[in-house]
Amino acid sequence: MSSLNKSPFLRIFLSYLPLLILFFSVFNEFDFNYLKLDYFSFNFVHLLIFFWTLRNPEHLGYLAIFFAGIINDVVIGIPIGISSFCYLLLCSVTAYIRNITLSPNFIKDWISLLFTILLINSIQVIILDLIFLIKVDYMAYLINSGITFIFYPIFFIIFNFLNERISYQKND
Amino acid sequence: MATGRDDFVIAIRSAFLKKKDKQKFSLLSLIFLSIFVIILSNFNFKAIKIIKLGINEVIYRSSYIVSIPENKISEIITKIKLHLYLHESYKKELIKIENTEQIKLLNDFLNAENKKLRELIDESISSEEIFAKVLIDKESPYLKSVVLNKGTRDKVKIGMAVIDEVYLVGQIIEVNYTNSRALLLSDLNSKIPSVLEPDDIQAVVSGTGNNFGIIEHTQDEYKEGLQDNEIIAYTSGLGGLFRPGIPIGKINKGTAGKINFFTDFTQLNYVKIVSYKVGEEK
Repeated sequence: MSSLNKSPFLRIFLSYLPLLILFFSVFNEFDFNYLKLDYFSFNFVHLLIFFWTLRNPEHLGYLAIFFAGIINDVVIGIPIGISSFCYLLLCSVTAYIRNITLSPNFIKDWISLLFTILLINSIQVIILDLIFLIKVDYMAYLINSGITFIFYPIFFIIFNFLNERISYQKND
Repeated sequence: MATGRDDFVIAIRSAFLKKKDKQKFSLLSLIFLSIFVIILSNFNFKAIKIIKLGINEVIYRSSYIVSIPENKISEIITKIKLHLYLHESYKKELIKIENTEQIKLLNDFLNAENKKLRELIDESISSEEIFAKVLIDKESPYLKSVVLNKGTRDKVKIGMAVIDEVYLVGQIIEVNYTNSRALLLSDLNSKIPSVLEPDDIQAVVSGTGNNFGIIEHTQDEYKEGLQDNEIIAYTSGLGGLFRPGIPIGKINKGTAGKINFFTDFTQLNYVKIVSYKVGEEK
């Protein structure tokens, strides 16, 4: 087990894991929609970007996030560039929070996530509805934002565990 | 107060402009780049079109490969559900089969009669069918669409109807070289000119973003009449894109213009892309 922990492959794999998950989720539109629950959807990518750019930005580059946004737009079928813009706005909020915070606090992060996803979803709706004249379901966006906010603690635990493993591998 | 404002400015400047934490690009430059991309994607220059087609081709194919595990899970869940309800569905199918023979005879007669009447008015309907596989079927909460594996190479054009068995599913909204995107009837942006039978009311079937549609652009007095009967919505062919008479969905009694589509959009595997020419003389 000890030798496995020191494996260079594992170290490299773990350090790229957030990036792999990001690209896998944008290509796959991961949201459990096959469960067929009415209105049930959450934005996994928002949670992933929020956590990693806030807690360990070394493992999720802004350029990769930009390209992930482009891929997401193509897969969903909305004009190219909108998701990139929204993801980067999410990054700017996390960068600002990182700059003004001395000791990270989960509750404060969680509340800032709510305001951030409401802001970026509003911007996305405004761009789609008012500029590109594509009709969108406001209720779906609102519920999506709500469920994304509620799911943050669960993914926080998972990502935090992963983050600790990465740090452990790095400092080993 | 001034110190607080200075701190805010420093934090903002640091967040947007500084390339730290091993980041190769500053946030501000990438935000400007994404705005530039949004503006560019709004233009229809030839170069931009070609780049967009290239991006779409690569990403659709990659997405299809990446989605294979999730699609398999979804397939297994569907199979388990089908297995559980096998007895119930068998009973339903049995009743359907009993009625089918009678309906088929009536249908054959009506088809022959329809053909004769069209010949009398020198009108014909010619159609071309292209069979396509659904590559990406993501039930996104934002846009309801599917990506198909046929594109300009197979003579697919924007506006062509997409049909599952005999039921209308949607229409082509974007065409690339080897694939295309079809907007489903359930999408908020979908508007299909239709006719409501047996009352023969012209209407527009609109998507709602959910698994049902609604009737739009119909006078209120007609809408009241829809409450008491079971209504079938067919394409009217008025837009010139669709052949008249393709079944869209059913309005049950007392549901006030709510259309239940005949096709389950989550179960689409293979569809037909169809173009029609109506009204040309033989």
